Amino acid sequence: MTIDRRDFLRLLGAGAGAGALYGCATPGGAPAVGSSKELMPKTGRRVVVVGGGYGGTIAAKYIRMMDKSIEVVLIERNDHFVSCPFSNLYIGGIIKDLTPLTIRYDKLVANHGVKFVQAEVTAVDPAAKTVVTSQGTLKYDRLILSPGIDFRLGEVKGYDAAAMEIMPHAWKAGPQTVLLRKQLEAMKDGGTVVMSAPLAPYRCPPGPYERASMISFYLKHHKPKSKLILLDANPDVASKGPLFKKGWKDNYASIFQYMPAKKVTEVNASSRSVLIEGIDEVKGDVVNVIPPQRAGHIAVAAGLVGDDKNWCPVNATTFESTKHKDIHVIGDACIAGAMPKSGYSANSEAKVCATNVVALMNGKEPVELSGINTCYSYITDKEAISVAGVYAVKDGKIIGVPNSGGVSPGDYSQAKTEAIYAESWLRNILTEMST
Amino acid sequence: MRMRWRGLTLATGAILFAAGAHAAPATPEMLANACAGCHGTYGGSAGPTMPSLANQSKTAIVEAMKKFKSGERLSSIMGRLAKGYSDAQIEALGGYFSAQKFHPTVQTVDKAKVARGASLQEANCSRCHLDDGKDGKDDTPVMASQWLPYLQMQMADYLSGKRKIPEKMEEKTKPMSREDLDALLHFYASVK
Repeated sequence: MTIDRRDFLRLLGAGAGAGALYGCATPGGAPAVGSSKELMPKTGRRVVVVGGGYGGTIAAKYIRMMDKSIEVVLIERNDHFVSCPFSNLYIGGIIKDLTPLTIRYDKLVANHGVKFVQAEVTAVDPAAKTVVTSQGTLKYDRLILSPGIDFRLGEVKGYDAAAMEIMPHAWKAGPQTVLLRKQLEAMKDGGTVVMSAPLAPYRCPPGPYERASMISFYLKHHKPKSKLILLDANPDVASKGPLFKKGWKDNYASIFQYMPAKKVTEVNASSRSVLIEGIDEVKGDVVNVIPPQRAGHIAVAAGLVGDDKNWCPVNATTFESTKHKDIHVIGDACIAGAMPKSGYSANSEAKVCATNVVALMNGKEPVELSGINTCYSYITDKEAISVAGVYAVKDGKIIGVPNSGGVSPGDYSQAKTEAIYAESWLRNILTEMST
Repeated sequence: MRMRWRGLTLATGAILFAAGAHAAPATPEMLANACAGCHGTYGGSAGPTMPSLANQSKTAIVEAMKKFKSGERLSSIMGRLAKGYSDAQIEALGGYFSAQKFHPTVQTVDKAKVARGASLQEANCSRCHLDDGKDGKDDTPVMASQWLPYLQMQMADYLSGKRKIPEKMEEKTKPMSREDLDALLHFYASVK
């Protein structure tokens, strides 16, 4: 969906309310309306960054660290950001509130001179190099989109905004996360929790399995007569498989049932049930539906997704979109080859993108990507497993550096240490994003 | 006609590929930025079990990375990551982080232990851990302002044999009690 000039004007007039269709309505529920007044007239060279999460904060900060002469405007719809990594520990009752997972933007402004605009981006005009927001329009020399994900709700019949309030996805951390925990707390002992996971690729490959571990942990300690069923659309555990399976067998054998190749295609909110391939109905007392995903709505609306209609193809060195020039896409929304859709990948991609945006704006040669992913998943409150990777570019594609990376030892000999390291992982990465 | 089309497509593809591949090799900064998610911006750590790399001795970083890479030094994630870098890249990383500004940390330490540690440092450790641990000499790391939990985890690994303790260090630490060793770590953590 490429927006031509006429469509763009129409969107402006109509307020570009398509967000609600893809489940990215503003917190208030009403679709944001684009404003046509120019918000901040551009005087010098400017990069606009959309999305204040794992990717966007880092891109904004690192551009300012590398070149103070470039103005950076960070646009985010909320005044804070809640981390998805570690939100499963909150659902499991291990973290008491979301405060340790929450960052604000004031220090990025104070320390680095990033300009922060709280607004909803409603449209992008690649030809006029303008973004339209609920607060007004902004011109850019280069645009970096780090919009995260939105849901392909057309693939789960009945899963609309109202159904999400009954059967939360909790796949964007915040109120949905709180809702899922409250439902678990309110459930009677002896109840059944049903989870569904979508076919890969989706945000955070090990996420559904860590979620299952953390819900099992909660049930084991608070509601031991209860059960959890994970209906996984994938043919097998999509990440850290043997490690998760050992963790489940050793800790949750009597609580948790893993069911591969069970694709949820429909939900019925009033009966709290899901349908597998439209046929087999599974009912739960608490139902956590993780729908299939694609790039955040704004990337789709701006015509940045590729042939799969879901994710944004980019240059592996600069993260510039192959669909529109001067627009870069990072994080979960982009196709980053071997780099998984994780918070750490977004952090690493943001730095590569920032380096090369600064290089391109200064007429210099881009620098080859060197990236890392590190990702911890908790099995219990005191044990975690990890996957790590180092990435480089070969023949125009991001690959894992041969003979490096991999998962934790299969015998859990490092699991207690990794649970401790994971806490520092969170502290460091959130500090990087917010200071 | 068909042949010619294919030829044309291939030629165009080749040109695009050449343009896409045109990039300078990863700079030390590019390599190091990827580490900063866990070790902090410029290598200044905010995580109590992750060491700061900023201002660390270059040799200490290079030696540690090479030992992680070979498996000589036991690790959880670092061995897997270190295997992704050539020796030249490891040198570049060491050079980058050693050139960064010292990263002072604000952390809770026991005042009495700090005082005890200061005199132990002076009497036993100062020949290698120069200037209250602020200066790294060769492969002796900078100790000052490292996070106490990180230092305690490393000391526990030395004492259990999980991490091989350097001979000269073992001579000094062997006669010391656990309390004395802990006091030393409180001291190093407190140095700004």
